[in-house]
Amino acid sequence: MFYLNDIGKYFIMIKMSFFKPSKWKILKKLIFKEINDLIIESIPIVAILSFFIGAVISIQTAMNLSNPFLSKSLIGFATRQSVILEFAPTFMSIIMAGKVGSYITSSIGTMRVTEQIDALEVMGINPLNYLVFPKIIALLFYPFVITISMFVAIFGGFFAMTFAGVPSEAYISGIQMDFESYHIIYAYIKTFLFAIILATVPSYHGFYMTGGALEVGKASTLSFVWTSIIIIVVNFIITQLLLS
Amino acid sequence: MIELKNLIKTFGGDKIVNNVSTTFVKGKTNLIIGQSGSGKTVLLKCLLGLHIPDSGEIIYDGVSNKNMNDNSKTLLRREMGMVFQGSALFDSMTVIENVMFPLSMLSDKNDEEIRQKAEMAIKRVELDKAYDKLPSELSGGMQKRVAIARAIVMNPKYLFCDEPNSGLDPRTSIIIDKLIQEITKEFNITTIINSHDMNSVMEIGEKILFLVDGEKDWEGTNKEIFKTDNQSISDFVYSSKLLKKVRKFL
Repeated sequence: MFYLNDIGKYFIMIKMSFFKPSKWKILKKLIFKEINDLIIESIPIVAILSFFIGAVISIQTAMNLSNPFLSKSLIGFATRQSVILEFAPTFMSIIMAGKVGSYITSSIGTMRVTEQIDALEVMGINPLNYLVFPKIIALLFYPFVITISMFVAIFGGFFAMTFAGVPSEAYISGIQMDFESYHIIYAYIKTFLFAIILATVPSYHGFYMTGGALEVGKASTLSFVWTSIIIIVVNFIITQLLLS
Repeated sequence: MIELKNLIKTFGGDKIVNNVSTTFVKGKTNLIIGQSGSGKTVLLKCLLGLHIPDSGEIIYDGVSNKNMNDNSKTLLRREMGMVFQGSALFDSMTVIENVMFPLSMLSDKNDEEIRQKAEMAIKRVELDKAYDKLPSELSGGMQKRVAIARAIVMNPKYLFCDEPNSGLDPRTSIIIDKLIQEITKEFNITTIINSHDMNSVMEIGEKILFLVDGEKDWEGTNKEIFKTDNQSISDFVYSSKLLKKVRKFL
């Protein structure tokens, strides 16, 4: 019953964030600020992680393809498939649940603790539209981050293989091998859903938190745990629906 | 003027506000006093519309909360100013941005008019040298002044203050109290202050409502409070040794 109540409150929160909109001039500023905070500022960490994880994927694949009858181009193929299908959309989203999710929960939670949300309500402003809606819109640009992650990870694999002495032609022909554009569509459908989860689940934990400064920290942790769990479960459901 | 009729608010079966009826007078500083946990904040939040009462009525200048739809509630809230206990200033905004905020969000004025109006409100609370400072760079007293400026910038009909001098030294507390009283007279606002500070009671308590366990125990003025026979308010007022000594001279 407790979880049903939370699920209901979560969907009502999403619905309410679209009601009683603030002035467009104000919302526009907030959306640009959120794009900067949530998207642009996440690019460096996403790029660094993607580069090295792409490199590790290719090294591990190469290690498992020691049979001389197997083509070296399979390393590029396996790296591309791992990155596009799973690593960039899902793994990066879990990392982003830590970075972006904690930021969202702690910033909204601090506003709750210091009565800033009450102040918005007293002024007759819809705090959900003011605080959550710009984050949802900003995270619609999240597929852009995942695109960067895909490119950088595949390049990381190329970089590692060049060092390992694998011919670059083999890796490049591998990443072009048996390409299915449907896999990209699948990856972006997942990414879009993860973006909505990344914007709303941490907002829910911040907005409805109670207590003081200590509880803000607890809410951030709880938000990360639930965002990760929901991402993994949704990933399974989407994969089952679209790929099985 | 705000009138309460048999107001009840419960949480988990406990009556936090129990059958309170009173009138808060326009142009005067109305104080709600009582011990911690006596229901002051819940009552204030009912008046603000942040809590919905279980029964009873709140009448704002002749309009009952029972006859209000969501739209009229929103419009009523725009006629309310609130000074929160912790000031509740927006951390990422400067003083001038904080004061401009309600106008930017809710009025149709252009940027220049909004800025002028905000500057006037800041001057009224004598903070004109702190326009571009962030809340974190201000003292507690200055933060309260900014909160007052933000509350009055929309020309509210009702001003609510939740323990406006908590965390302030006695001298700054009196300055803030006096400022609220002056603004109440100047703009002819119905001001309701939630307090347990005896200095405030003595300085600005033009109408006082005393709550005990959510119920109205006594009401009167700051002059009457020292002459009352009511035991519980006497115990509350003369709780400190200093005031007990003062009582002997009265």
